[in-house]
Amino acid sequence: MATVSLRDVRKSYAGTEVIHGVSIDVADGEFIVIVGPSGCGKSTLLRMVAGLEAITAGTIEIAGRVVNDLEPRARDIAMVFQNYALYPHMSVFDNMAYGLKIAGIRGAELRARVEKAADMLELRPYLDRKPRALSGGQRQRVAMGRALVRGPAAFLLDEPLSNLDAKLRVQMRLQIKDLQRSVDTTTLYVTHDQVEAMTLADRLIVMNAGRAEQIDAPMAIYERPASVFVAGFIGSPQMNILPATVAEGGLTLAGGQAVPLAGPLPPAGTAVLLGIRPEHLAPAAEGLAIAVHAVETLGADAYAHGRAAGVGEPVVVRLPGNAPPAAGSTLTVRPEPGFAHLFDPETGRRIAQ
Amino acid sequence: MRATFPHRLLPWLLVAPQLAISLAFFYWPAFRALRQSMLREDPFGLSSRFVGLENFARVLGDPAYVNSVRVTVVFSLLTVFFSMAIALLLAVQAEKIVRGKGFYRTVLIWPYAVAAAIAGMLWLFLFNPSFGTLAWPLRQLGIHWDPLLDGAQAMGLVIAAASWKQISYNFLFFVAGLQAIPKSLIEAAAIDGAGPARRFWTIVFPLLAPTSFFLLVVNTVYALFDTFGIIHAVTSGGPGKATETLVYKVYNDGFVNLQLGSSAAQSVILMIVVITLTAFQFRYIERRVHYG
Amino acid sequence: MAEPTMIGGRPAGQLVAHLILILGAVVVAFPIWYVFVASTHSIQTILRPPLPMLPGPYGPENYAEALSGGINRIGGVSVGRLLLNTTLVALGIATGKIIISMASAYAVVFFRFPLRMAIFWLIFITLMLPVEVRILPTYKVMVDLGLIDTYAGLILPLIASATATLLFRQFFMTIPNELLEAARVDGAGPWRFFRDILLPLSATNIAALFVILFIYGWTQYLWPLLVTNSNDMNTIVIALRKMISFADADTPWNLVMVTCVLAIAPPILVVVLMQRWFVKGLVETEK
Repeated sequence: MATVSLRDVRKSYAGTEVIHGVSIDVADGEFIVIVGPSGCGKSTLLRMVAGLEAITAGTIEIAGRVVNDLEPRARDIAMVFQNYALYPHMSVFDNMAYGLKIAGIRGAELRARVEKAADMLELRPYLDRKPRALSGGQRQRVAMGRALVRGPAAFLLDEPLSNLDAKLRVQMRLQIKDLQRSVDTTTLYVTHDQVEAMTLADRLIVMNAGRAEQIDAPMAIYERPASVFVAGFIGSPQMNILPATVAEGGLTLAGGQAVPLAGPLPPAGTAVLLGIRPEHLAPAAEGLAIAVHAVETLGADAYAHGRAAGVGEPVVVRLPGNAPPAAGSTLTVRPEPGFAHLFDPETGRRIAQ
Repeated sequence: MRATFPHRLLPWLLVAPQLAISLAFFYWPAFRALRQSMLREDPFGLSSRFVGLENFARVLGDPAYVNSVRVTVVFSLLTVFFSMAIALLLAVQAEKIVRGKGFYRTVLIWPYAVAAAIAGMLWLFLFNPSFGTLAWPLRQLGIHWDPLLDGAQAMGLVIAAASWKQISYNFLFFVAGLQAIPKSLIEAAAIDGAGPARRFWTIVFPLLAPTSFFLLVVNTVYALFDTFGIIHAVTSGGPGKATETLVYKVYNDGFVNLQLGSSAAQSVILMIVVITLTAFQFRYIERRVHYG
Repeated sequence: MAEPTMIGGRPAGQLVAHLILILGAVVVAFPIWYVFVASTHSIQTILRPPLPMLPGPYGPENYAEALSGGINRIGGVSVGRLLLNTTLVALGIATGKIIISMASAYAVVFFRFPLRMAIFWLIFITLMLPVEVRILPTYKVMVDLGLIDTYAGLILPLIASATATLLFRQFFMTIPNELLEAARVDGAGPWRFFRDILLPLSATNIAALFVILFIYGWTQYLWPLLVTNSNDMNTIVIALRKMISFADADTPWNLVMVTCVLAIAPPILVVVLMQRWFVKGLVETEK
């Protein structure tokens, strides 16, 4: 079983801890995406699994073995680098064959395996070319082919799509998902793009400043974010976060406006952060008054940007694209029942919904 | 952060050969030279006593040494000047022409491959008082040409040989330096009304400064040390010490006359000069190289 | 420079440039041409200036005589032996320096070990002192180690200096980190990485360095002078000098000229044939 387990994995540089105890059990064949902003430690975490960074504390197991002290080649993993890391003086064939050659595979078997991987990635016509004669997308596929050909216990991908243009990225995203399903190999994928995260992952690890803030399926994270950070990171446009105080039957915003909420609430007077996604604010006759100062029309949807009186934080409301409000008008909205999230202002953790 | 291999023993094995050779043939002799420079041997070479900086004082006060310094300075200045000026002239012309650059470069490169000593010998053949092809016209013109007896003529000969040899090296670097100057600057100057001469002196020459500084240092080191072969092969420091450069004197005093202490002291003085020059070169010129 | 295509690049300017270059080429090539021409004439022609500008008829005769033992009579050793010595020394210095410099640079760049930077500085400092400055004590070390009159003695002290190490270090540092990591993930250890990836990528640098070091080794003078006593360990450059210094009325100048040509032909050939790499390497190593 090619499972991957991280148990309280930590990393320190010169006495400063940068990865604070990440734990996860990845099932065989599962696609895990590690997502977070720049500098959150996601690449470091991946590289620790690969064996390119040392582990300060905790254990990493691959296929049941503890690999903490093992060299990358002994861990039965394959990696796709952000900058592809293709050997510039070798042909595509040799690039893909290199790892196999070192493992002692030669001749007909070598050729068969490389050609099979090349076929899966549509690289057959390019086998004799050198990397400099390939486009960015082609190079990326060669990098993936190099990993594919090894048939490892786990794939590790470090932001493989971030150097491609937008259109290619969408295309490759789908291809990666298909590929992973057909080879059914456990995959750890790092990205800062939450769209990739949402579409590719079986489960997500959302990281912030070296901590795994939430580990769960994408929709679970979307619908029940565990902290303000996760709520703001996943979902575009961002979830609206407004400071408020608990009052009778709802919340009172900073400017005094009332937001009625059903369901159990913390004691009156508690300071909270109200989280509500733009698509969960519906225009209504009565409710929160938003002074609109800009409207973005995107075709199918429109986003109204505005402010509630007395509240510093901006509010975004999603509306159908065919009848957008005018800038300068006032929009009245109500939160849809059941979609308001409450967070503790100090810890950022979720309180209730 | 540089990606590295985790091995601990292997890197030591890899640096060992170079370290060993450096220790044996560089550090240990350098240390011995320092030590020797502060010793004075007795006339029979049986024992030596520590005399501190006395050797240095003697050397610096020795008229023969002062003469050497003068000779070296004159020799270096003229060699550096001629080899750089001629190379610069040729490089500028080479950049001007449309075709034939490759041909000229091929021809101008040869002296680089010729040993300095042989360069000296070639010029000696050419100017040999009895059969030299170029000595003959000099005699026809009435000049009493005899570098074996005339100190200034001997100097002229070795300077010519030394400069000749260094032209190739300087030429290659000047060409590279000129090619690095953006065409747009020269075109802008032309539009501003600058003629060819002004364009050269006010735009090209200043922009060539890094290359020139670098070559200045390299050429000086060349003139000070690599020209030993020329002096030894052509004039042996003569006639009458007229061409005895500092490095030649170190050799002569040490190996031929066996004045070990004095020669060592002269070595140390030269060491200080070279270290200063090389340090200067790396500090101010090789700023682009990052260490660490 | 934009000169040729600019308005100022008139035909007259081109002509002047070519004239100056031709003059320069003549000045530069003349001494070499002279010695070649001289090697194809008889002694009598050489001793009666001015020497004709064109090669003479005695070429094959002179060369045959020199190569079959004519030099023995003056230098005390056959020209074949001299060429062998010089070739061995030049090749030894070139390959020796390249090998140990690559090894050191490899260690310093791709490994972390204690005293790493200290060792780098130790190697780097050897740049500062050319051998001419430490001749006496280095000579004494050679004597102590019994290396006088040996090839090792001629080669070893000259492969220590750090220029090549610096060059390789600079080049290795331009190799992207990910290449090393990908190789490690592919299962390559230090030797495999060096052989399969670093070496091919360093090929042009090695070629350029080889030319430079070969010339350096071939043209050595002071060191072979000191370290060899017996005639048959001389390099051809030293032997030539001996021939000239002990010149008397009987010196076969035509054979001396032949020896001279033989002493400068190989390096010139190497430089001219490998010009492209050589020029590139030279300009880039020093910058």
